[in-house]
Amino acid sequence: MIASLNPALIVIVGALFVPLLKGRLRDVYIVALPILAALQLIGLDHGNYGQIELFDYQLVLLRVDRLSFIFGLIFLLATLLGMVFALHVKDTVQHVAGLIYAGAGTGAVFAGDMISLFVYWELTAITSVFLIWASRTERAYRAGLRYLVIQVGSGVLLLAGVIMYAQKTGSIAFDHLGLVDLPTAMIFIAIGIKCAFPLLHNWLQDAYPEATVTGTVILSAFTTKLAVYALARAYAGTEILIYIGAVMTAFPVFFAVIENDLRRVLAYSLNNQLGFMVVGVGVGSELALNGTVAHAFCHILYKALLFMSMGAVLFRCGTVKASELGGLYKSMPWTAGFCIVGAASISAFPLFSGFISKALILTGTAEAGYWGVWLVLVFASAGVLEHSGIKIPYFAFFAHDSGRRVKEAPMNMLIAMGITAFLCIAIGVVPGALYSLLPFAVDYQPYTVSHVVSQLQLLFFAMLAFAILVKKGLYPAEIDSTVLNTDWVYRKAMPWLIGKIAWGIGTARSQILDRVQRRLEHFVASVFKIHGPVGVMARTWPTGSTVLWVAVLLGLTLILYYI
Amino acid sequence: MASDPNKQDGEGAYQGGKSYWLDEPKNINRIYIGLWVVCALLALADLFYHKHAEFHFAEFPASYGIYGFVCFVFIVFAGKLLRKFVMRDKDYYDR
Repeated sequence: MIASLNPALIVIVGALFVPLLKGRLRDVYIVALPILAALQLIGLDHGNYGQIELFDYQLVLLRVDRLSFIFGLIFLLATLLGMVFALHVKDTVQHVAGLIYAGAGTGAVFAGDMISLFVYWELTAITSVFLIWASRTERAYRAGLRYLVIQVGSGVLLLAGVIMYAQKTGSIAFDHLGLVDLPTAMIFIAIGIKCAFPLLHNWLQDAYPEATVTGTVILSAFTTKLAVYALARAYAGTEILIYIGAVMTAFPVFFAVIENDLRRVLAYSLNNQLGFMVVGVGVGSELALNGTVAHAFCHILYKALLFMSMGAVLFRCGTVKASELGGLYKSMPWTAGFCIVGAASISAFPLFSGFISKALILTGTAEAGYWGVWLVLVFASAGVLEHSGIKIPYFAFFAHDSGRRVKEAPMNMLIAMGITAFLCIAIGVVPGALYSLLPFAVDYQPYTVSHVVSQLQLLFFAMLAFAILVKKGLYPAEIDSTVLNTDWVYRKAMPWLIGKIAWGIGTARSQILDRVQRRLEHFVASVFKIHGPVGVMARTWPTGSTVLWVAVLLGLTLILYYI
Repeated sequence: MASDPNKQDGEGAYQGGKSYWLDEPKNINRIYIGLWVVCALLALADLFYHKHAEFHFAEFPASYGIYGFVCFVFIVFAGKLLRKFVMRDKDYYDR
């Protein structure tokens, strides 16, 4: 491997050659790119590479340390799995956009300065939108545009913050910033948009479910976890993140209960999982930060697995609406099985990956003494079980039989799901391997009797609650509907408001014009009255009377002169 | 749904094809009872080991289970309530 070659560039530059290849050769090529990049990454010693002086600032194009290494590794792994899942796709745009997007996400993680970070940041925005547009529907086109505006906006805010920061401090190094002044606040919000902070979140639920079958799988891995990485790098220990994260874990669970589109349910679930990571960053202890990183790692895998299984359902059935599915385990048993592995992992069942990563965050939060937040996180864990653990597999594969009899997912999808499912279980069973890659040394044992029994209690009692509610007919039926969220503001309220304002301006304008016109007409009429053909001033007067008036005037002048 | 050629009856189970273990209501009931049994055992298990809880209130036997149950029910009912405020027709944004 070439010393100091950026692994991200292997993927980005490599993607440009994809259109030249066809058939099997292309299949091998797109799978080989992330593998080559990962090998390059593993071969690199930790340190800074590609340092360039630009004006007075130093760019660091490639920084490999424990934090960037593990994010880079999982990003490349997600790229590989996403590409295997997308092998059956014949759409070149998706392969190229997917690879450049994944490469840009990886590049951003390795960026040691904020200018390179910005460049990769915007590249992820611009390339990822093609995965949404590739659905080639009007709906996806509009969702993609909204997504692009918000993502590019995040980048612009980042750049503005970085410029102000550089002017103030003379540095563009991307290290710990802390939330201390306006520039760092701007960078914080720019990251917050990509991280789907509460009220800044809805681009995620709006756009991801509109992407293609394979596009959503790729999308789910990078943008938001890049933001988590950036927070961990620059804002570790920022207390407000604890509360932001807690809100993120809790509020999506209510929306996920009533959402009918199962990929949108997963998008809410993604938001909720990000909340756990954000809390970990906010707590900022070594244990909590390890938890954030481990959770990001596990989450990328099980979330990809869940999106893959719903993608396979969409691919075969043409819909992922819960109200139109059910009983699919009969015709897609493998997909159902893999989906359940993903569901068990995200719900943090013992022996599955989520269990060993979420525990670090929860323990870290508890050790820091945030018992209220801790209770919210445990509450949100019950919420995760509700929408991702039960709702997704139950309504797609079980529930009442929709009568759909379809083919099992294509082989490449099954292989991708199989590998991902295997990793989810392997990480859960042998947590030491993942723990050894974390930024800080881990002294934590997830498999204690106390922890296992507590977690099983939480999960099984919640499952029992579900069973009772369904049996009593109290569980809300799936309804094909639209669930409003903050995107309502810019999809309905703002157009309505702008419409009203435009109407107001229009009406005012015409009223003013009316009034001006009436005044003018009045004025013209009065001028006409005086100067018109029959007006006082237009009358033809006899010369004699004029002479008389002149004589009067002269007389008056004379009198005035003598006085 | 009506356009689905595989669909042979209006509601209820799909008729035809081979039958599955889960198609039997009897077996569904077995799972239901099984859940009760597992929960009871897990609750009892709390009495037989020293519980290392993060906070004192979590050391109470079966506290995790009870909390999980209550949270789940709360989420579902809160979701039902939320529907009253945020649910619209499926083509709401397309009009």
